[in-house]
Amino acid sequence: MALLDIKNLHARVEETGMNILKGVNLTINPGEVHAIMGPNGSGKSTLASVLAGREDYEVTEGEVLYKGQDLLEMEPDERAREGVFLAFQYPVALPGVSMSNFLKQAVNSMREHRGLDELSAGDFLKLMREKAQLVHLDPSFLRRAVNEGFSGGEKKRNEIFQMAMLDPTLAILDETDSGLDIDALRIVADGVNKMRAPDRAFLVITHYQRLLDYIVPDIVHVMVDGRIVKSGDKTLALELEEKGYDWIREETVAA
Amino acid sequence: MSQTGTDYLHAVAASDYKYGFVTDIEADTAPKGFNEDVIRLISAKKEEPEWMLAWRLKAFRYALSLIEDKSRYPRWAHLTYPDIDFQDISYYSAPNKKPKYESLDEVDPKLLETFERLGISLEEQKRLAGVAVDVVMDSVSVHTTFKEQLAELGIIFCSFGEAVQNHPELVQKYMGSVVPYTDNFYAALNSAVFSDGSFCYIPKGVRCPMELSTYFRINQAGTGQFERTLIIAEEGSYVSYLEGCTAPMRDENQLHAAVVEIIAHKDAEVKYSTIQNWYPGDAEGRGGVYNFVTKRGLCEGDGSKISWTQLETGSAITWKYPSVILKGDHSVGEFYSVAFTKGRQQADTGTKMIHIGKHTKSTIISKGISAGQSQNSYRGLVKINKNAHHARNFSQCDSMLLGDRCGAHTFPYIEINNHTAQVEHEATTTKVGEDQIFYCNQRGISEEDAIKLIVSGFAQEILAKLPMEFAVEARKLLSIELEGSVG
Repeated sequence: MALLDIKNLHARVEETGMNILKGVNLTINPGEVHAIMGPNGSGKSTLASVLAGREDYEVTEGEVLYKGQDLLEMEPDERAREGVFLAFQYPVALPGVSMSNFLKQAVNSMREHRGLDELSAGDFLKLMREKAQLVHLDPSFLRRAVNEGFSGGEKKRNEIFQMAMLDPTLAILDETDSGLDIDALRIVADGVNKMRAPDRAFLVITHYQRLLDYIVPDIVHVMVDGRIVKSGDKTLALELEEKGYDWIREETVAA
Repeated sequence: MSQTGTDYLHAVAASDYKYGFVTDIEADTAPKGFNEDVIRLISAKKEEPEWMLAWRLKAFRYALSLIEDKSRYPRWAHLTYPDIDFQDISYYSAPNKKPKYESLDEVDPKLLETFERLGISLEEQKRLAGVAVDVVMDSVSVHTTFKEQLAELGIIFCSFGEAVQNHPELVQKYMGSVVPYTDNFYAALNSAVFSDGSFCYIPKGVRCPMELSTYFRINQAGTGQFERTLIIAEEGSYVSYLEGCTAPMRDENQLHAAVVEIIAHKDAEVKYSTIQNWYPGDAEGRGGVYNFVTKRGLCEGDGSKISWTQLETGSAITWKYPSVILKGDHSVGEFYSVAFTKGRQQADTGTKMIHIGKHTKSTIISKGISAGQSQNSYRGLVKINKNAHHARNFSQCDSMLLGDRCGAHTFPYIEINNHTAQVEHEATTTKVGEDQIFYCNQRGISEEDAIKLIVSGFAQEILAKLPMEFAVEARKLLSIELEGSVG
């Protein structure tokens, strides 16, 4: 069974009524890494938001099955507890809420959902230290408030660190590469690669091919004007890098 | 705010007070009315010396003149409530039977049960190292612990009534020296009818080895509570004082008008922490406590320091401005406050920092959280006198709104009469963002837990200033207050 099955998904901005997604079809199997590329405004981030359950968007048509269940029926926190993780493009600051306090709550709500006991303070600390190493975060940052005063690079590494802490089944990375220098990009990609596993799938959204040099995808999709117009292997990303998006647009219009 | 978010916040705003119950103890209550007979009755009941009665009567005459002239009530606050009928209140109530107990065995079991239900059992408190407890139930001190250990250091920690009997020279010297009975109407009222309270004296050079703690309770239907606290810190001494309270459910409004006076001599430091959780009234605002408090500290000596830290969650109406008069050179005043209002609660709270001495320094950090249809105001005055050379103040007032029917207001007043002063003021107003809640949701945290997390994060800077055990209690209280229809 596919892990994620998106069929003919249409969605619009709730406030303005503007249609963004115009019939997305996408199937992701466990263990696969999919990349979605596309020009600005094509709907890549909207797809990520709709999958995570952000309420700014309204689904007008289509369905999304996750582990065979209707994902769109679930509340955002339910989806998260079922293993859907979104690495935010713009992580939000929570002033005064320490990273460790925040993650303790997150981890324990996940564990409760899975019928596990709360982690002891010692085990939790150990887990945090171990996972922080994955993205080269200094343990002292665990005492800081969530994303408050974090640099761009720290915020993105923090997203990957949280992903490692929460051990998701489907991880969606929304332009995690944006604003990263090459060293930070390597660290982030390295963290993701270490987490690749047969029962975990990734949906990597990016504007640039650069990230895919480090996180090598199984399948690359191109999104234009709210639809996936082309899919292929990793060479498609290279082709896009070389030719830009215009040839795809022309191809789509011609078809 | 999303639909569910708004619903949740409305549910929070409407949720009931969780500490409402009435203990049934025989009481000794004065008839309603504000008159000379009542003052004499209170003084006689407490077997007070003549000077104390004389002082009460002076305050009484002054208060009476104000009652008769409504134009002289304090009216500045951003509060609305009906005029109080001061003749319709009973001004004295004492738990019956023996007023003093030597051990817990002698205490009315129902009283102990009340404290246990509030989570402040004396048995437990006794075991908690480092906390001496002076419990004030209604008007008479019922129990005092750790007094002997303190006495060895020369520290006096007792009820106000005992201090009047045993330490008249100290009471006469300091009572009314920081808050004169002419200060404001409620101070005058308190001075006339105060029933009891706490007295604390730290001798020269002594560092009080434990947190001193008092729990106040209103327990008698229809009686006001008029506590009076006096803290004197002699040269080079230190004390941390805790005041916390919850109150049982009421049908009619209860007037609470306390006075707290602190005197810090040269290089002395007093840290005063409060958790205020009086009954706030039902969802329509009926029956809550009116909390009109005058709290003021005097940094009398050079290098002295007074800090006020408070978590205000209770009362239908809170009117309270813990202040510091910075008289000594290089003295320091601090005010750290979290005020949470919901339902129909109204709070008008803040501070006054009066800089008189040279190189005096004050810090004000106020966090207001408003939910439901509540109104939450910060009101503060920073005054730099002519001779207060190189005085410094930093003020920060942050407001957080939960939902769309509440109000947050900031009224900062600044008076500067010396050009060497350095005064900074910052103010922010935020709403709990939908994006913040979504971020938490995406990590598996429910909406209710997300709001609790965000609000406690907002208040964290202040709660961290409370003594450890108190901080734990404060976080718990804030979390309970934020709970929706659950439980």
